[in-house]
Amino acid sequence: MALLDIRQRTGWLFTAVVLAQLVLISAQVTTRTGVPMLEVAVFGAVAEIQRVATGVISTTSDRWQQYVSLQDVRGDNERLRSEIGELQLQLQQERALAQEARTLQALLQLKKAIPLTTISAAVIAGGASPDFRTLTIDKGTRQGIQGDMAVVAPAGVVGRVITPSLRAAKVQLLIDRNAAVAGLVERSRAQGVVVGTGENRLEMEYVPGTADIRVGDRVVTSGIDGIYPKGFLIGQIESVQRGAGDYTKVVVKPAVELSALEAVLVVSSPQQSKTEDRENEVVE
Amino acid sequence: MKVAGVLIAVALAIAMQTTLDRLVVGGTAAVDLVLVAVVYVALTMGPVAGMLTGSVAGLLQDALSSGVIGVGGLAKTVVGFLAGAIGQQFIVTAAVPRLVMFVAATGLHSLLFMGLYQVLGVRSFVSPLTAVGTQSLGNAIIGMLSFSVIEGLPGAMERRRLSRRPRL
Repeated sequence: MALLDIRQRTGWLFTAVVLAQLVLISAQVTTRTGVPMLEVAVFGAVAEIQRVATGVISTTSDRWQQYVSLQDVRGDNERLRSEIGELQLQLQQERALAQEARTLQALLQLKKAIPLTTISAAVIAGGASPDFRTLTIDKGTRQGIQGDMAVVAPAGVVGRVITPSLRAAKVQLLIDRNAAVAGLVERSRAQGVVVGTGENRLEMEYVPGTADIRVGDRVVTSGIDGIYPKGFLIGQIESVQRGAGDYTKVVVKPAVELSALEAVLVVSSPQQSKTEDRENEVVE
Repeated sequence: MKVAGVLIAVALAIAMQTTLDRLVVGGTAAVDLVLVAVVYVALTMGPVAGMLTGSVAGLLQDALSSGVIGVGGLAKTVVGFLAGAIGQQFIVTAAVPRLVMFVAATGLHSLLFMGLYQVLGVRSFVSPLTAVGTQSLGNAIIGMLSFSVIEGLPGAMERRRLSRRPRL
């Protein structure tokens, strides 16, 4: 009952009484424009309430519209992200196809250019062991692949077939420790044996001390090993070291980027005469 | 009982005020008995009683006059409330504090009353300071007398009753 006792709420009561009398006064007094003050006050108060209410409704409506728009934007965003992902995938596929087309085109040009019977093959796997630098191609004995067939790419020599199966073959890369190819310096005709190091460089051995070799010289196959046809590019001399008149170390950078091979040609039947003619043309 | 006493006091004050209407100084009555009654009730009964008494008395006074109804009511409401609040917080039983209270209440009432009319632009007051000063003095005297009479009346009646008792 204490709450109902007006004496407990003196401040509120005082305010109410004062306000009531102010309203009473306002009802009797007119402003300079002739409108009753109460009307002006009430209108002003109501107008303020309307203004606040309109503001609240407007703000709420705007926020709601923004929220709804945000939901739509979120949906659009997700859809667009998905589309972008699909398009990026499609673009990658297109790029891959274009690259494949370029590779095949280069391979086809090589095939037309060299006087050899070749079998085109795609690289389907890399080497299984880091100690052996090999790769696997998708052609095997069924397609006429045999062991010790030379494998070349548009840029140069890749290696040789070491283990053919029915529908695939393992290729030993030039850079393998056990790989070797008879080579000669294209400019000076100095001969030697190019061997793999297991890393991404080759070494040319057995080069006579009197041979004229320089950094930057191109090294090509000599064809005397009976595996690699003559005249194919092996690589470029990167460094030369001499010791007591002899060449102690000649480092050759492979011409082919062996880690990025996609397609190769397997030389199935060397045409020695044509190859020799081609080599003679080069010499001339 | 108290409410009835307050209503009677207010009615008496209004009735007496109408008879003293001729005593005008500076366009304002020399005393405001209704205001005196309000301040008296406020000091003796507290802010709520002072506020309600001021409100009712002021409205009645306004209704009986030709002014805007509510101006006097508002002024007396505020004065009654503040006088009651001060009377509750401080000891206002001595003569001087009561005198000060009546003077201050009259000043505040005049300020509110005239200020409201001035703001509303309904009425203007000539030489208000003289009028307010005169009314403050008049109200203070009447108020002090009222306190003396009302507080001394029971004792006087008792003494008279005792003096009429036959001696054995």
